[in-house]
Amino acid sequence: MQQVFTKAMARNIFLGGAVFFLAIYVALSVDTWRQIPVRDHASELSAAVRHGKYLVDSNNCIGCHTVNGEGAYYAPELGNVYTRRGPDFIKQWIKIQPTGVPGRRQMPHFDFSDAELNDLVAYLQWLSHIDTNHWPPNAEG
Amino acid sequence: MNFRSQLVAKPYFVAALALFLGQILFGLIAGFQYVDGTFLFPAIPFSVSRMVHTNLLIVWLLMAFMGAAYFIVPEEAQTELYSPRLALATFWVFLVAGALTILAYLLVPYSDLAAATGNAMLPTMGRGYLEQPLPTKVGIVLVALSLLFNISMTLFKGRRTSLNVILVGALWGLALLFLPAFYFPEDTVKASYGWWWVVHGWVEGDWELILSALLGFILIKMTGVDREIVEKWMYVIIAMTLISGIIGIGHHYYYIGAPEYWIWLGSVFSAIEPIPFIMLIVFSIRMLLKRRRENPNQAAMLWALGTPIVAFLGAGLWGAMITLAPVQYYAHGSNFTAAHGHLAFFGAYAMVSLAIISYAMPLLRGRVANGIAAQRWEMSGFWIMVISMLAIALALSGAGIVTAFSQRMGDHPLSFMDTQAQEQVFFWLRELAGVGFLAGLLAYLVSFFVPGEAGYDAAVKRALS
Repeated sequence: MQQVFTKAMARNIFLGGAVFFLAIYVALSVDTWRQIPVRDHASELSAAVRHGKYLVDSNNCIGCHTVNGEGAYYAPELGNVYTRRGPDFIKQWIKIQPTGVPGRRQMPHFDFSDAELNDLVAYLQWLSHIDTNHWPPNAEG
Repeated sequence: MNFRSQLVAKPYFVAALALFLGQILFGLIAGFQYVDGTFLFPAIPFSVSRMVHTNLLIVWLLMAFMGAAYFIVPEEAQTELYSPRLALATFWVFLVAGALTILAYLLVPYSDLAAATGNAMLPTMGRGYLEQPLPTKVGIVLVALSLLFNISMTLFKGRRTSLNVILVGALWGLALLFLPAFYFPEDTVKASYGWWWVVHGWVEGDWELILSALLGFILIKMTGVDREIVEKWMYVIIAMTLISGIIGIGHHYYYIGAPEYWIWLGSVFSAIEPIPFIMLIVFSIRMLLKRRRENPNQAAMLWALGTPIVAFLGAGLWGAMITLAPVQYYAHGSNFTAAHGHLAFFGAYAMVSLAIISYAMPLLRGRVANGIAAQRWEMSGFWIMVISMLAIALALSGAGIVTAFSQRMGDHPLSFMDTQAQEQVFFWLRELAGVGFLAGLLAYLVSFFVPGEAGYDAAVKRALS
């Protein structure tokens, strides 16, 4: 065994395997990169959508919520919240936080202006149009 | 311990354990907020307690890895560390920067922190695990560069063992894979695709190389088995890690907006990701059976054997359960993922850190091994922590399964919050198990304060008296 399969051979499998599969991954990623703008309608990334995304990131919304399943599991999915609740509910909901209901999970109060709320909703609307291979299974997220 | 400069590892290990304790305390806060949503609100909202919990995890693991590097690289290279003073200065920079970041999380609203640290100029904040403000991220790169410079120079001037080359190479990989943290495109799908370069690249790729190197080192030292055999095993294991894990990243791409071919590519390759973990178990057991000497540090042996087993359960088994696309369709973004995350992070990276600390700390404190009493405390801590973490994983899996059935299947799915209310019992069980984990960690920490040493010298002294 020891003479048949040497350490140098094991090392070569490691290096060869790593380089081979990394090359495949890079090729696939190039293709993915070309497909993403079509699948998520990147042409609709308006100034409002971009600003809405900045607000979501800089307020750490995924510290509680998920976006397309990524983030924390403390609060509902945001990728399809636009479909589930619609724009007016979302704005109103953010404005009245926190609810202060004893024992219920609390969302902090974010002091967004009306313009900011509109941008936020524009981003959530953009999110809801991404082709995510039919995830989540239903509107509840 | 053969070289004086290895002593610089000690503050790294001590700080790692202190930060570990902090991580668990904030985990308990976040866990309790699952059962009582108003707990500590608005002083510490869930997003903050969770962020402190996960960021402390990253910082203490990095502390432990760096300490391990400063301990192992000189020993393997058979020469003193290139610059112990640089290593010590780097330690203080990292500790102070880490502490300031955590304090900022706790004291400043996140958006204010973003505004104050130039996030608008180069947005990097607001992604899981990578929440750090820009100055902290730059600091992490500088600390990594200092470590890499120091250990690479040590490697060059000394003996170049395969183990050392793998360890130093993997630490270079760790630093390089952090760089995508500075790339945060405005296209959310591209952002998430690139986020996994860091997160998957670390925990399902590069860190497994570090894990193999640390475990390989401990096994060589403790069993006296020929290093050619150990290093051959290591190469085969890390080859399987990358062969399965590189395309295995596809299991994160099913439902985030990436093309459909990732569904079968990710499923096929991630299905073989448990193999390197099974090989790690076989490797550890075989090396221990082949041992040429009895090491008085039984606790370190327990960690070295426990690490691959719990890593396999968490990363291999729990990961495999949700990795196939049709299953993940229902489990994605649920607490089943959190169950996998907890057991995998603990089994693979927390436990290997505790294993190297268990092996190295007695040596750094000038003894071969701790006394029997201290080792009993440590081994009790091992069992309580392992069993508690298994219970946490089971409880969170229960919650995830309820989400799959109640919220995501059937004609009348429940809303998110109604589903969470159904899962309350699992969140209580998780919190209870979390308290158990804290008890285990405290027992483990007590072991450092129990006096006495074991080992050849003590045995000789006893025999002569």
